[in-house]
Amino acid sequence: MTDAAELRTLTRELLEAHPPAATEPLDFLKARFDAGLAWVHYPVGLGGLDVPRSLQAVVDAELAAAGAPDNDPRRIGIGLGMAAPTVLAYGTEEQKRRFLRPLWVGEEVWCQLFSEPGAGSDLAALGTRAVRDGDDWVVDGQKVWTSSAHLARWAILIARTDPGLPKHRGISYFICDMTDPGVEVRPLRQITGEAEFNEVFLTGVRIPDAHRLGEVGEGWKVAQTTLMNERVSIGGMRIPREGGMIGPVARAWRERPELRTHDLHQRLLSLWVEAEVARLTGERLRQQLVAGQPGPEGSGMKLAFARLNQEISGLEVELLGQDGLLYSDWTMRRPELVDFTGRDAGYRYLRSKGNSIEGGTSEVLLNIVAERVLGLPAEPRNDKDVAWKDLAR
Amino acid sequence: MTAQTAEEATPDLLYSEAEDDLRAAVRSLLADRTDTPAALARAESDTPCDRELWRALGAGMELAGLLVPEKLGGQGASHREAAVVLEEIGRSVAPVPFLTSAVMATETLLALGDANEEVASLVRELASGHRTAALVVPFSAGPYAVRLPETLTGTVSAVADAATADVLLVPTGEGLYAVDAAEATVVALTPLDLTRPLAAVSLDGLRGTLLAGPDATLAAVRRGLLAGAGLLASEQLGVAEWCLTETVSYTRERKQFNRPVGSFQALKHRMAQLWLEVVSARAAARNAADALATGSPEAPLAAAVAQAYCARVAVHAAEECVQLHGGIGMTWEHPAHLYLKRAKSAQIALGSAGEHRAGIADLVDLRAP
Repeated sequence: MTDAAELRTLTRELLEAHPPAATEPLDFLKARFDAGLAWVHYPVGLGGLDVPRSLQAVVDAELAAAGAPDNDPRRIGIGLGMAAPTVLAYGTEEQKRRFLRPLWVGEEVWCQLFSEPGAGSDLAALGTRAVRDGDDWVVDGQKVWTSSAHLARWAILIARTDPGLPKHRGISYFICDMTDPGVEVRPLRQITGEAEFNEVFLTGVRIPDAHRLGEVGEGWKVAQTTLMNERVSIGGMRIPREGGMIGPVARAWRERPELRTHDLHQRLLSLWVEAEVARLTGERLRQQLVAGQPGPEGSGMKLAFARLNQEISGLEVELLGQDGLLYSDWTMRRPELVDFTGRDAGYRYLRSKGNSIEGGTSEVLLNIVAERVLGLPAEPRNDKDVAWKDLAR
Repeated sequence: MTAQTAEEATPDLLYSEAEDDLRAAVRSLLADRTDTPAALARAESDTPCDRELWRALGAGMELAGLLVPEKLGGQGASHREAAVVLEEIGRSVAPVPFLTSAVMATETLLALGDANEEVASLVRELASGHRTAALVVPFSAGPYAVRLPETLTGTVSAVADAATADVLLVPTGEGLYAVDAAEATVVALTPLDLTRPLAAVSLDGLRGTLLAGPDATLAAVRRGLLAGAGLLASEQLGVAEWCLTETVSYTRERKQFNRPVGSFQALKHRMAQLWLEVVSARAAARNAADALATGSPEAPLAAAVAQAYCARVAVHAAEECVQLHGGIGMTWEHPAHLYLKRAKSAQIALGSAGEHRAGIADLVDLRAP
């Protein structure tokens, strides 16, 4: 049994043995991982100590006070939030030992090869093929909306291993080496002018069977672990008043009285109220989680913020009048991090269009709320018992 | 004060165990004592207020004194508990004077302090649940630009629960008068909301006890209306919740085109959207109740935000309830219209959304052009 006091002691021992000021950041992170202080809820030997996740805050507070380096979680978000929990749940001992340490310390960036041009909301219809060849699988297909693909060493990949089965049953889950010569990453330029994402073309990519996660044909089940963790990692932070998209508009309103009109004033106040209520709803959700009463409200928060971000940024462009006619810069670039509230109003307006598409479209999320929270019946389906190869496309 | 520099204490937005217990007790009593045919019959009778139910709630369960300190004969509870009671009253559209007497009138008197023995004894009477009071202002009056008659002359229209009140609290430019309702001419009006009786109160020739001077009166009335507005949000939450729950269960059962109509995306998306609004309304309403309960300097903003948001949610939920019920939703026998009428009236009550937004503009420094 490790309690908060013991964790504090372990953290101080780590800091004494590897003073942050005199240690290379990467070496410090490796030492932290080996001390079980990386993610304390993970098993011993894999960066954790098998203690409740809530105790991580004790370690983080000690480390932050000592000025210790972190692993830049935003840069390796897909690895931490999606790949790691899946490797932990379905990986062999060998896979866990090979992948988790470099993932956590940030030596190896991960990306996610799930969505395809023909499989977005209906992800299970994906058509990328994996064909067994001796000890390997040979993969051919195209993936899309892949953040970090141009930086990634590894990818989590789902591909079809049996087209003769109904779509959910013929999928398998792999770890794909992004340095394989058959992997081609092309930037995918978006309406903002930037390429925050990529298209990934897979041509004869060879994946050893040892890099499969879960049984052959069980890939959809494995992917649910990945996707569930994606939703958990959204939300849960305390947001200050005017902390989101409403902040820049409210500031512009206060600082530039010459832009004010009665029509904009009414719309601004309505959106300000909605933003404040969304903030309170997020805060209530956070308090429920802390009190150990998780509710279904989380599924709704993304819906609320997607619509609000779009409406608020749209109002901001209008508020700016003649400045709203301008855009900072259309130059094609590949940002490493994405900041929805970053850059100018035009960028915010365009980037927020993605908020109701990425991570589940608002339409799909409304179905999820209606069916799983409200218990409304599902639409009749005609795709469940049909072999994937016979589906309309 | 600007929004960036405002001190933001973290409000408690959850329900305590005691609050959950209170809710269960109120809900069970309301479930036993209210049903649609009786509610409809009462609405068209001469006694639209359910006095027996109020006796059970106000005196029997001692809810009339929730906001009143124990030394004045009350429960020494807070706006948080009152808000839970209002959620349940909204859920059952019960015609009882809890909001008007136990919140608005009581809060106004409490704001005057207990130094005045007349005030203290009136508060004791209200807390007992055996007598009720109505604050004589139109139910549409919000806490911002309160306009009062100069003196005891003229008529005040659309006063909520005035016809059944024992005491009328009449704020005027001279101060706050307590008037024995038996002495006053109170004419019942035909309200849009069948479950919240309204009346016109004639002030001409009335005699009453002056409880406070002009300045204290204005501050106390504002306080009463602020608490009323902030807690009305919880009643609106209850209305919206009932509408959503009923609509979901009806559309799960109702079959057209050989399937439950609730399986159509065109309908289920509308209900999911309502669910999101109800979840958000709960956060806004709890925030207002908590701010009022703790006496937070944020209370005016919290109440304004809750009212500006929850009023529209209740109306939206009630309108969707009628529409998604189809033909039956348009009938007198189905209770949906009671909720629609309560929601639409409540949208005007205690300040319109526009008035609350104008209040917010001042509070967070987002000034009009």
